[in-house]
Order: sequence, then structure tokens, then C-alpha cells
Amino acid sequence: MGWFTKMLTSSIGKKLVMALTGLFLCSFLLVHLYGNSNLLGDPANAKESFDGFSKFMSTFPPIRVLEIGLALGFLLHILQGTILYFQNKQARPIGYAKMPGNETSSLFSRTMIWSGALVLFFLIVHVDTFFVDVRLAQGHEASMYDAVKSAFENPAYAGFYLFSLLLLAFHLNHGFQSAFQSLGLNHKKYTPLIKGLGLAYSILVPLGFAAMPIYFIILKYYPCCGGK
Amino acid sequence: MNLTLHIWRQKNSQDSGKFVTYQAKDVLEDMSFLEMMDVLNEELIAKGQEPVAFDHDCREGICGSCSLYINGRAHGPKQGITACQLHMRSFKDGDTIYIEPWRARAFPVIKDLIVDRTAFDRITRAGGYISARIGSAQDANAILIDHDTAESAMDAAACIGCGACVAACKNASAMLFVSAKISHLSQLPQGKPEREARALGMIAQMDKEGFGACTNTGACEAECPKEIKITHIARLNREYLRASVK
Repeated sequence: MGWFTKMLTSSIGKKLVMALTGLFLCSFLLVHLYGNSNLLGDPANAKESFDGFSKFMSTFPPIRVLEIGLALGFLLHILQGTILYFQNKQARPIGYAKMPGNETSSLFSRTMIWSGALVLFFLIVHVDTFFVDVRLAQGHEASMYDAVKSAFENPAYAGFYLFSLLLLAFHLNHGFQSAFQSLGLNHKKYTPLIKGLGLAYSILVPLGFAAMPIYFIILKYYPCCGGK
Repeated sequence: MNLTLHIWRQKNSQDSGKFVTYQAKDVLEDMSFLEMMDVLNEELIAKGQEPVAFDHDCREGICGSCSLYINGRAHGPKQGITACQLHMRSFKDGDTIYIEPWRARAFPVIKDLIVDRTAFDRITRAGGYISARIGSAQDANAILIDHDTAESAMDAAACIGCGACVAACKNASAMLFVSAKISHLSQLPQGKPEREARALGMIAQMDKEGFGACTNTGACEAECPKEIKITHIARLNREYLRASVK
């Protein structure tokens, strides 16, 4: 086994993979959120700009290459997280009768596998709704704006979307700052800043994504407040 | 005060073990937790029963022997102390107390509340030492170490190897223990020559022993009787990565 494989398969290396892929996925969320921001505003203009952005993202070659990286990033993060979960379970075959609860650690930090699993379920539904049903089935000329609009105008879909974002917030709340610790970056000078950034990121990014379904629901049921 | 105790009883490593309930009567609040256990054992012996086996030695918080998981907390409900430094005034009349051994695959139960912690010794043997001849005590100023580094190394050196970090971690990870050894030695000049071999060797042994990986929940630092912080785990991560690429 070469030094590189040995490093990556050690307990610290596995955490390193989780941290690097996690931060990569965090950067993806920002790009995705920027894309979604095109949905807001005057519906006619929004449709044009969002469809334009969507078409660019699905046809521009460098982005297509990055897309493969993104899929690999998700795959590695999910697989490694699942493997670590089961390995860590094996490290304590017999559990305790009494557990400390929130006295010694945060709920979010202990439930990463569950928040992650539910976000994965959301991801599968999300890819099915917008990638499989629209991009693959209807090609590049299909309007992604119309697909998003019809999905978000369904209160059940919007509700599921919002619930998933709440779980994403839980996952990011621990994940963002935890990634830096795994990378060995913990220092009294900048760790408070990382933790602050992590908290802000875990609240603001899911809130940003939540704005879209809320916007379309308002637009449909209360057209007076949202335009036409 | 009178207490109801649910204590883990297990004859040997092969036995499956179970909780046995005992009533502790007229417990004085000035007793230490271990003294309360001693009184219970005296009563059991007087009745011709097998006393509860538990590890203890110095009874002043420096040896790391006592290893009781009390009501869901390693070393009991207080912070920064070992089980022997816990006093019964931390409990009240009528309380129910669960007393369990450390739970980890790498720490098998030997009997009742005693676990085998030699996994820690094997990790230490894999690099947690220096081999330089240091002779007799040096003049304090012969090797210059700045104050902050000396303090940080000393914070890590405070580890008594009790295993509370493993007991408290949801993954039974030994990362805080290993980080304390590595952080202590890698920051000091005497520890530098074997810096890389130490990080690689100790981590390889830690993984071999079957401890879990770190998920940064921070439960270890919350329970460490010497209040060693997970900043040392971050240093361990750096040391390991540095040693791997070097």
C-alpha cells in the first residue's frame, strides 16, 4: 500500500476526505444558490434569465467536466460517511444504559448520518424532478423555470423542500466548522471566525434556498403581493 | 442520604453481564464516590457476597485508574475531575445512579466495572516516547522554549490515560488520548527527532486497536478530567498529514 492510500484509509485520512468533499459541496451550494436567485423578480425576466443560466450550466463544457467532479464529490462524501458510521458503530458493540444527551455534545453533531441520509433522499427526489424528468427527458430546450414553478406551486413539494432545507441546515451547522477541525485548522485566533462563518452559512444558505418555494407559493396564492 | 444503585456486574470477559440493583443507605455527603462504593463492598463482603470490582489507585485524581461511567457521564456529572474526586454531595437523597464500565471494543470488560486499557499502552509503545538520552536534569535555560509552547505542551502532558475520552465519545475514538501524547512531544525539542515516526506509528496502532474515528462532537473534551482540548486533535491531524507527505 502506497503512502497516499495508507494516509487516506487511516482514521484521520477518512476524516480528511469527508472534510474536503464537504467543503467542496459547500462551495457548490453557493453556486446553486446564485443560479436560483435568477428565479426571483419580474416573472417574464426571471424566466429568461433562469432558463439562460440553466442552459449555460448544462451545455458549457468546463461546467460539464465540473459536474462529473461534483457527482464524484457527492458519491465520496456519502460512501465515506456511511462507511465511517458503521465502522464507528463497531467500535462500541455494547452501548450504555444511560446516555449524556446534550450535556457533552450538540444534537446536530451526533446526528450527521441521519440529517445526511434525509438530505440524500431529498437529493434523489430533486435530481429526479429537475434533471431526469426535465433535462434528460425533454432536452436543453425545455424551460427549467416552468418546471421549478410547477414543482414549487405544489404545497406538498414545497413543504418537503423546506423540511429538507431544515435538515440541510442541521447538517451544515456541524459540518462546516467540523471540516476545518478535521483539516487540522483550529487556532484561538481564527477558530471563532470559522465557527461564526459556519453558523451564518448554515442559516443563511438554507434560508436563501427556502426563499424560492415560498416566493412561488406566494405568487400563486396571493398574486396581489407577488406581482401578476 | 439513601440511594438506589444499578451496577454492572460481569463475572469475567466471557460472561454477558447484567445490571444488579443495590440500596446504599446512610451515605454521607462528604464521602467520595469510591468511598461510597467501598462501604457497599464492605456490606456485600459481610453478607458473603462478591464485592463489586472497580479500578482505583491514587484516589487524588492523578493516576487515571478509576474508570466509572456514572449516570451517562464518564467520571460522573462534574467537569474536570476523575471519579475518585467526585463527592456524594453531587447527589441527593433518593437518587438513582447507574454505574457502568467504559464501553469500547478496544476496552474489553475484565470484571464488573474493570476494563482492559492496555490498548493505550500498545499505542504509547508505537511512538509515545522519546529515545534521546537527556542525561540528568538540564539547566532551565539550556534549551529555550517559549512560554506559550511550553504551556501548550504541558496542557497535553496532563493526560493521565484514564480513557474517559474513549468512554465519552459516541464512536469510542481514542483521538484525544493520542493527540495529547503527540501534541505534548511534538512541540518540544526533545520530541522532534521522532516526530514523524511517532505520528504514523501511533495512528496506525490506534486504528489497529479498533477505536472509532473522530467526528468532532467534542464530547471527549467535555469529559476529560484534565480538560485537554480538541485543539490538540487538530494538531494531531496536522502532525499526521505532515508526517504522511514528508
